[in-house]
Amino acid sequence: MDLSMLWYLVPSVIMLTCGVYGFITRKNLVAILISLELMLNSADLNFVVFNRYLFPGSMDGMVFTLFAIAIAAAETAIAIAIIINIYRSIGNTDITEINKLKY
Amino acid sequence: MDSVGSIIVYFVAAIAIVVFSIKTVTTRKILRSATYLLFVLLSTAVIYFQLGYQFLGAVQIAVYAGGIMVLFVFAIVLTHKPNDRTGVIDSHRRKIGGGIAVAGGILLLLAIFYMPLLHGASLSECIEAGTPITMHEIGEAFTGSDRFQYLLPFEAISVLLLACIIGGVTIARKE
Repeated sequence: MDLSMLWYLVPSVIMLTCGVYGFITRKNLVAILISLELMLNSADLNFVVFNRYLFPGSMDGMVFTLFAIAIAAAETAIAIAIIINIYRSIGNTDITEINKLKY
Repeated sequence: MDSVGSIIVYFVAAIAIVVFSIKTVTTRKILRSATYLLFVLLSTAVIYFQLGYQFLGAVQIAVYAGGIMVLFVFAIVLTHKPNDRTGVIDSHRRKIGGGIAVAGGILLLLAIFYMPLLHGASLSECIEAGTPITMHEIGEAFTGSDRFQYLLPFEAISVLLLACIIGGVTIARKE
């Protein structure tokens, strides 16, 4: 039995669609951010798999994934700072309550 | 032809990814959701190790499973009361979400099943075809400016992280 590229892409697709489902259905800001991480992680996995199977001599996909991980860390830190600030000023993190900007 | 061991490792990691991804978006306790996300990230790191990217797997464990998960747990603990459950999802929203997710998933699966590139080499052949990646090569790729070297993005990331530190302090500080 051979592990071809398809075997790694199928879990990645399932991870991405779970992220999409959570992003649409969740109401809590932190839960939405968790779904976003799932989608980012599936994209990272795809970069690495394509690099390994199609261009085994180079390492561009791996470098791209390293950059994506660094940017995801920065983005999560800022998003969590914003969420904590919203919680401090409004009192919860439910997106149905946060429907107006400052006016 | 791949060895039995690597196939077993693959199945453990892939089943863990599928099961814990679904649990992450369907569980009603937010802290459990974060814990299942941690398992998904660790299984992804296992797949990185299996594909032969040891440095990337270590980064995934250190940055994602270590750093980002700690941030998530902090945010959850700071913005939730204990035993807080998320409210029941209204069926309208669940229908839209499930419809889009299932339709997109089927489309993507069809696309990858019909892609001609896929039925090629096995994993062991690909790992043998490429040279193993040493830390020396990774360091050279990040600090050179030739073709396939990434000094400029590396420096841009450092500026981005600096901006992120300043932005985080500015947003989260008390008035």
